Amino acid sequence: MSHSAESPAFLQHHFSDAEQQRESAKLGMWVFLLTEILLFGGLFGFYVFYRAWNPDMFYNAHVHLDRLLGGTNTVVLIISSLTIALAIRSIQLNKKKQSMYFLVATILLAAVFLVIKYFEYSHKFHLGMLPGKYYTYTGIEGMNPHIFFSVYFSMTGLHGLHVIFGMLAIGWVVWRTKKDEFSSEYYTPVEMVGLYWHLVDIIWIFLFPLLYLIG
Amino acid sequence: MSTATTTAADTQDKVNYLNVSKGIKSWLFTLDHKRIGILYLFSVMAMFLFGGILALSIRLELLNPGADMMTADTYNQIFTLHGAIMIFLFIIPSVPAILGNFVLPIQIGAKDVAFPRLNLASWYVYIAGAGLAIYSIIAGSVDTGWTFYTPYSTQVGGAVISMVLAVFILGFSSIFTGINFIATIHRLRAPGMTWYKMPLFVWGLYATAIIQVLATPVLGITLVLLILERAFGIGIFDPAMGGDPVLFQHFFWFYSHPAVYIMILPGMGVISELISTFSHRKIFGYKAIAYSSVAIAFLSFGVWGHHMFVSGQSQYATLIFSFLTFLVAIPSGVKMFNWVSTMYKGSITFETPMLFTLTFFFTFAIGGLTGIFLGATATDVHLTDTYFIVAHFHYVMMGGTIMAFFGGLYYWWPKIWGRMYNEAWGRISALLVFLGFNLTFFPQFVAGTQGMPRRYFMYPDKYQMLNVVSTTGSWVLALGLVIMAVVLIYAMGWGPKAPKNPWGALTLEWKIDSPPPPHNFEETPKVTHGPYDHDKVKVKPEKVGVPA
Amino acid sequence: MASDTSTHEEHVLPLKIYFGVAGALLVLTVVTVAVSYIDFGAFNMVIAMAIAATKASLVALVFMHLYWDNKLYLTIFVMSILMLTIFIVITLFDTLRRGDIYEQVGKPYKQSAEIYQSAPADTAAGHGAEVASDTTASDTASGHAGGSGH
Repeated sequence: MSHSAESPAFLQHHFSDAEQQRESAKLGMWVFLLTEILLFGGLFGFYVFYRAWNPDMFYNAHVHLDRLLGGTNTVVLIISSLTIALAIRSIQLNKKKQSMYFLVATILLAAVFLVIKYFEYSHKFHLGMLPGKYYTYTGIEGMNPHIFFSVYFSMTGLHGLHVIFGMLAIGWVVWRTKKDEFSSEYYTPVEMVGLYWHLVDIIWIFLFPLLYLIG
Repeated sequence: MSTATTTAADTQDKVNYLNVSKGIKSWLFTLDHKRIGILYLFSVMAMFLFGGILALSIRLELLNPGADMMTADTYNQIFTLHGAIMIFLFIIPSVPAILGNFVLPIQIGAKDVAFPRLNLASWYVYIAGAGLAIYSIIAGSVDTGWTFYTPYSTQVGGAVISMVLAVFILGFSSIFTGINFIATIHRLRAPGMTWYKMPLFVWGLYATAIIQVLATPVLGITLVLLILERAFGIGIFDPAMGGDPVLFQHFFWFYSHPAVYIMILPGMGVISELISTFSHRKIFGYKAIAYSSVAIAFLSFGVWGHHMFVSGQSQYATLIFSFLTFLVAIPSGVKMFNWVSTMYKGSITFETPMLFTLTFFFTFAIGGLTGIFLGATATDVHLTDTYFIVAHFHYVMMGGTIMAFFGGLYYWWPKIWGRMYNEAWGRISALLVFLGFNLTFFPQFVAGTQGMPRRYFMYPDKYQMLNVVSTTGSWVLALGLVIMAVVLIYAMGWGPKAPKNPWGALTLEWKIDSPPPPHNFEETPKVTHGPYDHDKVKVKPEKVGVPA
Repeated sequence: MASDTSTHEEHVLPLKIYFGVAGALLVLTVVTVAVSYIDFGAFNMVIAMAIAATKASLVALVFMHLYWDNKLYLTIFVMSILMLTIFIVITLFDTLRRGDIYEQVGKPYKQSAEIYQSAPADTAAGHGAEVASDTTASDTASGHAGGSGH
């Protein structure tokens, strides 16, 4: 009942069958995503409380964000969500090479996202729009404009960090795909990384209007 | 009637999880939940010892009203560390990571937790956090109080960033355990083990895990923001930069209040096991106890502001929090009544775990009721930041969780090591702990109502008598704990061999050998009766150390 | 059970759905940018969040497969949003109304108490000082009143 000759290599010993293993992994991943939502949630709280206290300053400060770049990044992440979803679909159909190409495409799109963010950040650093006590820009009306940039940098910074983690995770899955570890029978890690990546996309879906499109 | 044809002595020669492999690598790279529970046992109890020594230092300093053995700054560091170590490094992991890790999979008929590697990772993360915390103590220490209130914590010198980072890391250990337990309980129950056939210890761990995963990330982001404030002055908590220090308290307590339920719920789960076993009677109101655990988990998220009644928060917030605080006490009350009702017409025996259970009823009741006094804003305004608070939380945390934890340790010790502890000395330790605990903390209620402030290094002469009683109590308590340590350690190596079921209990872990085999069950167990069906299933406690 | 794994998860979505959802997401992105140039006053935030929520739902339900999966995962996702909402909303009860205390004016606690029958009615001037003496007086007054039977 515990070990049979035909139990597949990917089946861990404490699971009775592959479906139990797969559904356990999914449950674990969703609970982990819940923790990520609560983690970012604190920063959304930071945003809400301070925007409620300084609505005009938030508006005045946010016009210095580049909507075009922000919008482009949104498009980039949406397409990357599509590519990783297609990567999972490919491996479901046992198309391993195709799956790998879609995964690599996702990593490349993530890199584009980070490059755009790099340009945004360096432009701000150049102008002196830095978080907290390093803030020196004088062109914004309202009390404590540096708070908006504290919110901006902490939210996009934490998000960017998660983009990097995501790239590493997808890279790991690419490597395992190359080693032929996945098939239509077993592709759970690809699916799990996909779930993580979609959450990264969802968080940006909210960040974009909140930071770049205030009224 | 015991139908075992093998005796305790035979099972010791069998392969079990302890002797199946040897050497330090087999422990440090283990994926066996039982061994991971043992790893936690030693590291967590080491931190308990450290935190306890700090506590004795506090009490020693407070023996006399003036400055005795240390400066005020040192005193501030000592109570900060005592709090941080006891809360983050001892109580929060204690029951789930030690007893939960060991017992949970066996109680649901599984071979291991859902994610064994994540389980091992959670221990390494715990060690990393503990290491960083100890480094922080050596590197300049922290005197902010374990609550790290701003603006002091954002401005004062010392190793605040590294200590806060240590707590951040420890949070991940807690989250990993929570994820693991939720997946394990949902997915790895044996056939026939429906939700309502699960032991209540499992329900307690489930409710705890829910809180762990929902609340701990908010602590994480709070600590990150605190670090950013210190490093970059981002202006979230510092009024000089346009920030709000009370906002820190909201962020902090949104985790830290549910955290106290992370502490108590597993302990309550243990109590359900102990009271049924030692009353030899079916638990009263199984579903009520199960549902109340989950109710506490959710209600606990709505009351955090009762730590902030005097912080300056708006009266509307205060109203909401006070009302919800009264509400959250109800499920706990339900459990207390159900446990006591379990004893009615039971066949009660007074082994050491039962003595700790009875202690729990007494001390947790006091702790919980004094919480109600504090939930009422009008009384809280006078009692907050006095020794009344200190006494209250020690009565619920130590008088509640820790008494249950000790009861659980004694209860499952024979299963874990395959050896029985000395019952007479065990009882002595329990009585000394009961006596010492009450002597230490009850006078603090009185001191608090008379106005003695907390976290104060010197106090007016009129409080001295109470402090002397309290310090004396701390020595009695320490003696009881030392005896307990000796009893348990002695049993580990030299105790008489324990049978499968020394208590006559009905949950699944008592059907397998003591110590358990490496994979718990040779064949997937069949669940035929409920975990507390003492009315339907008659099982006699097996004798200890009976030779072949 | 043998290693037959393809029981529950073999649900492969047609390409149309993937591209359809991606297309919808891109369209909604354009919409949300366009709409931000029109001022709806207080509704700006509501509209922006509604569009974002729609996009997020599409990603969650389709790309993350929540529509077809075990409902437990959807519950977990919703639960996290709920908890976050509770945190932010209840804290707002404090942060938005913190200053209210400065609007408050002290007034005597019990108008019908004995002490107020003989003393003159509240005057605007010296209100604060009156409050201080009133409360101490009313303490003793209510003490007496309580003694003589309520």
